[in-house]
Amino acid sequence: MPLLDVRNLSCSYGSEKVLRDVSLSADRGEVVSLIGPSGSGKSTFLRALVGLEAPDGGCVLFDGSEVDYAQRSSLRDLRSRLAIVFQQYNLFQNMTVLGNVTVAPLRIQKRPRDEVEALARDLLTRVGMEAKLDAYPADLSGGQQQRVAIARALALKPEILLLDEVTSALDPERVNEVLDTIRQLTGEGITMLIVSHEMAFVREVSTRVVMMDGGYVVEEGPPQQIFEAPTQERTRDFVGKILKH
Amino acid sequence: MNYSFDFAEVLAELPYLLGGAAITLQIVFIAFFGGALLGLFGALGKVYGPSPLRRSINAYVVFVTNTPALVQIFVLYYALPDAGILLDSLTAVVIALTLNSAAYLTDIIRAGVVSVRQTEIDAALTLNMGRLQILRHVLLPHIASTVFPPLSNFFIWLMLGSSIAALFGVEELTGRAINISTANLRTIETFIVVAVIYVMLTLLASGALSLLGRRVLGVRQRLV
Amino acid sequence: MWERIWFEAPGFFTYHNAIFFLEAAGRTLGMTAAGCISGFVFGLILALLRQTSSPAFLPLRLIAIAYVELFRRIPFLVIVFIVLYAIQPLFPDASLFAIATIAVCLVATAFLSEIVRAGLESVPQQQIDGAVTLNFGPLRTLWYVVLPQAWRVIIPPAVAFAVMFIKDTSLASHIGVIELTFSGKMFLNRGFSPLLGFGTVLLLYFAMSYPLSRLGAYLENRLAPARRS
Repeated sequence: MPLLDVRNLSCSYGSEKVLRDVSLSADRGEVVSLIGPSGSGKSTFLRALVGLEAPDGGCVLFDGSEVDYAQRSSLRDLRSRLAIVFQQYNLFQNMTVLGNVTVAPLRIQKRPRDEVEALARDLLTRVGMEAKLDAYPADLSGGQQQRVAIARALALKPEILLLDEVTSALDPERVNEVLDTIRQLTGEGITMLIVSHEMAFVREVSTRVVMMDGGYVVEEGPPQQIFEAPTQERTRDFVGKILKH
Repeated sequence: MNYSFDFAEVLAELPYLLGGAAITLQIVFIAFFGGALLGLFGALGKVYGPSPLRRSINAYVVFVTNTPALVQIFVLYYALPDAGILLDSLTAVVIALTLNSAAYLTDIIRAGVVSVRQTEIDAALTLNMGRLQILRHVLLPHIASTVFPPLSNFFIWLMLGSSIAALFGVEELTGRAINISTANLRTIETFIVVAVIYVMLTLLASGALSLLGRRVLGVRQRLV
Repeated sequence: MWERIWFEAPGFFTYHNAIFFLEAAGRTLGMTAAGCISGFVFGLILALLRQTSSPAFLPLRLIAIAYVELFRRIPFLVIVFIVLYAIQPLFPDASLFAIATIAVCLVATAFLSEIVRAGLESVPQQQIDGAVTLNFGPLRTLWYVVLPQAWRVIIPPAVAFAVMFIKDTSLASHIGVIELTFSGKMFLNRGFSPLLGFGTVLLLYFAMSYPLSRLGAYLENRLAPARRS
């Protein structure tokens, strides 16, 4: 049984359909990447998955049970088992690095402070931010903020980690430090759903790649298939254009 | 407690109340434009004047904006006769509100005056603009966009504030409401109707001002 | 005129009168503080209602909008009259101070609601998204994430508003609340020179308002260069 099983998910902004019958699944330990041109619905898919956009059709099964997005307890249950990192980091500006990482485990999950702080320090060390525990987000570079955001997500001990274009807002020289951090996590067997424009990175870390365009899933398969022998014209176009750069 | 509302008597007096609204508008226009004229001189004096002038203008502004208009009117109303100057209540109130507005408007207009940057004038000069063109295309739009929204808000604020004239027996909108309510004893109804008239007046003023700002001055901003 | 003041001054500046003025000033401050505190609480509630989006809240949302728009367009004096004549028949024992304070709170709620709303809206949606996906409920999001960031936008105009309200409460003197302006009128009626009585009143208002407006200007400079992001 897949950990995450999405069936025919649809979503629209007003009258505009942004997701059309998207189906996708991820097994435990898998790293599934979503690629496709801007506006193809990848980010919307992640946002709908965590309940930030209301889906208007289809269903999501998490660990075998269906998520009811209209019901608060069901949504709370889902969110306690997954975590998302955004393009814009979304670190709380009024809290320190350590505060950002510990606030949800302490205040929401009500885990003991000693355990949470030890875990937070450990995670921040793993993302290379151990020297900045008391800094505020405004004093950090984008790459540093994004690494803290990853630590914050991991502190929730999620069963699946969603990464929404986490390097798109970064200065080019900051991209690698964040990719390195993620690469390290893939080695630890964490299930991940990644939306990214970093094709070389996607190809390297993914177990499966999903190509989206215009709200549809165009093609999915192992990275070798998508990048070397795509079956769809649209995928070939997109991958060809991107890899030329 | 059984109170049945009866607006008939109040509504019968609507023309009288609207006449009061006209007087309110007169007071507001005189105080606003008189205050704006003084405020313009105040602002220019505060920015370009010699130090003693700057300091006295500043002292005036700080003192007036930190004390209630009501007490300022009291001083003018009661102290001037002491000094041998006799004014009827309408004149005293209008003078006091004008002097009061002048202080607030000095600050508002000053913000517009200092918003003009030499670099912009230089840029205009390099484009070979004449003095009038610079004034029209560079300075006025800039000053308008800084000054117009707070000016409009102040106008509305003055409209509401002018109701204190009623406390000196001036028969503007609130004053006439007091007159009616003492006669017909429908106090609540009277003041509710008057409140509605004030809401209408300020809505009209807001609408007119934002239209003026958009059409004439090209200022787009949310007003009170 | 000046001889008169000189002549009356010893009888005016007495210990007893000083206490009287201070008590009156205390009532002025009391009304202002009550207005600001309750205005903040109720204003926050109205601002939050205006931010709701579900159809279930539509009636409440409309009430909140109507309240804020109306009460900012009615002169404070008229509101004082309405509250006075609405409350006196129902509660004949209500003190004039209480009645004036209720009027102050009604108006303060409308104005502070707009100030609070601007503060809430200054917090980027991403901050709220971040909190929501970490499983913060609405109240925790407000308390831990939104309010701490909205403060710097709320405080400076709120202080400016308090300065305005110190002055506006002078209208409560008209219905007989023995606050600062009323005490000026009392001394006028006792035969003292108007300059002496109202001059003192002006100075006392200034003493309350000026430090607060300086504080407001300081906070505005201090807090304004808000977030880098």
